[in-house]
Amino acid sequence: MNQTHTDALAKALAQNRYAWVDHLLELGRELKRDKAGLIGVILFTALVLMAMLAPYIAPHDPTDQDLTARLAPPVWYEKGTWKHILGTDHLGRDVLSRTIHGARVSLWVGTAVVLCAGGFGVVMGLMAGYLGGRTDAFIMRWIDTQVAFPGLLLALIILAVIGASLTTVVVVLALNGWMVFGRMTRSAVLSIRQSPYVEAAEVVGCRWPRILFRHILPNLTSPLLTLSILEFARIVLAEAALSFLGLGIQPPATSWGLDVAMGKNYMFMAWWLVTIPGCAIALTVLAINLVASWLRLISDPQEREKQYARHMAAAMRKKMHDRIEKEQSAP
Amino acid sequence: MGRFIYRRLIHGLIVIMGVTIIVFVVTRMVGDPVQVMLPLESTPAQRAAFEKKLGLDRPIHIQFAEFMTRIVRLDFGESLWQKRPAMDIVFEKLPMTMLLTAVGIGFACVVAVPLGIIAALRPGGVADRITVFGSLLGLSVPQFWLGLLFIVLFAVQFKILPTSGAATPSHIILPALTMGLPTLARLVMLVRSSMIDELNQQYVKTSFAKGLPFVRVVGLHALRNAGLPIMTLVGWEVIRSLAGYSVVVETVFAWPGIGLTAIQAIERDDLILIQAIVFTAAVCVVVINILMDFIYKLIDPRLKLT
Repeated sequence: MNQTHTDALAKALAQNRYAWVDHLLELGRELKRDKAGLIGVILFTALVLMAMLAPYIAPHDPTDQDLTARLAPPVWYEKGTWKHILGTDHLGRDVLSRTIHGARVSLWVGTAVVLCAGGFGVVMGLMAGYLGGRTDAFIMRWIDTQVAFPGLLLALIILAVIGASLTTVVVVLALNGWMVFGRMTRSAVLSIRQSPYVEAAEVVGCRWPRILFRHILPNLTSPLLTLSILEFARIVLAEAALSFLGLGIQPPATSWGLDVAMGKNYMFMAWWLVTIPGCAIALTVLAINLVASWLRLISDPQEREKQYARHMAAAMRKKMHDRIEKEQSAP
Repeated sequence: MGRFIYRRLIHGLIVIMGVTIIVFVVTRMVGDPVQVMLPLESTPAQRAAFEKKLGLDRPIHIQFAEFMTRIVRLDFGESLWQKRPAMDIVFEKLPMTMLLTAVGIGFACVVAVPLGIIAALRPGGVADRITVFGSLLGLSVPQFWLGLLFIVLFAVQFKILPTSGAATPSHIILPALTMGLPTLARLVMLVRSSMIDELNQQYVKTSFAKGLPFVRVVGLHALRNAGLPIMTLVGWEVIRSLAGYSVVVETVFAWPGIGLTAIQAIERDDLILIQAIVFTAAVCVVVINILMDFIYKLIDPRLKLT
């Protein structure tokens, strides 16, 4: 009696556990199977932590100038000191601290742009796909027209005229990047629209905003997530390029692109000024790309099956191998 | 077909109109052109004279009408920086950017197609994994940094290649490499994935079964059917480069193309030259878009042009 009681309780508790916890555990188990994806996730998590904790882990203030130690080399050189582990720039600012703080700008711009562009693009795509007719024709024409604009040139000019700052960079990049989201959402909505549950919701009498946001949008989560992460990588590169050209983040703020541009003039005597922020950008984008390609794999059922089969085959082979070894060593 | 050309031309005109209107609004209404273009210490009289010269003292709609009529005649006025017609400068610099784009993207295509096919022959094999990781790396490296690395490596360490300007044919090697590598990375991924799809098709198996040579099946039948998305991407890359993304490479290597000129014009607040450059870029994008549609039709006659 008591036994069945506890069993029932455990069952009830297990059912009560939030579904997303199970999802997360399942994701973690799958992640262990994909090494590249795992490296990407770890790198990216480390980056986010680094950006959030930047004021606490950076050894110096990124704008502090130490004019007695200008262009100091990294610590493994003869002249390097532990005070500036990765050396200093032409104003004696600590390269390591600037690199750590630079992560904040990159990730912040990336997140803000993806949220703005994604939000706007998804709403536009939902409306175009679901309402159809004139709305669809208008929005698609708009997207077609804007895609054919020379985007980067317009961005450069707008930034030059209204003045570059963190906010304007975000706005300009978002204005340039929402079309991808719109197009993808529209095509996904068109394929989901005809499904029975959407028709059921219509028959029951839901209004269109409710159908769009409660019934259709949740089904777009995985393709939108993958697209957002890919866009995030593109935006990080775009911000770095704008800052490198001098039309992005402005000093005294720090940005990896800005640091590369400043280090360019000292490239031949202080290679670390260009190399370290450049490596930081490349590593960030690589981590994001690895995560994106892993996500694309696991959101595709066919690929998932293949991967699962591969994993099982490897496990069985290992088991057989172990057993043979045991039998050989037994006598 | 006639209807298709007509519709594409109309859409192209809308795009060009849209771009010119945005440029007009940004340069004349958001910013104050007189303040931007004249030095700070200029007197009110100088300012007034300058306004009169550019026609900025008239109502905005008349300014706009005049702006549009001048554009139709391809006359943007004199560049403030170089003191000669802005369109002349553009026509002088545009071929340089086209040359750089052609060499860079041509190089990317020549390398990417065989690499992608080799990777696609055995998905998950060693060659495939190396190719995929290499192209992920290529996608992640910022272009300007790649250019700087090339300069340090080939021009400073080995001293074998020139870094800036366009004096001799060997000047194009480093900028073209830098321009081509990110394109190469994207292209390899696409060639690989579309070839994997194509090689799994029944007709490929049939062709092998009836004994056609390997090169013929893969290189001719499969590649031709996988060609459409590949062509789309190549077209996109050309458009991207002419639409301003060459700015980065041209700045790093001081390549005298339209991108470098655009940045210099922005630095010198030469709004007239900027207008001419953006207009030209928009026209290039529209023309290439229309050309691409014709090339699709050539590659895949099944396509209906709408």
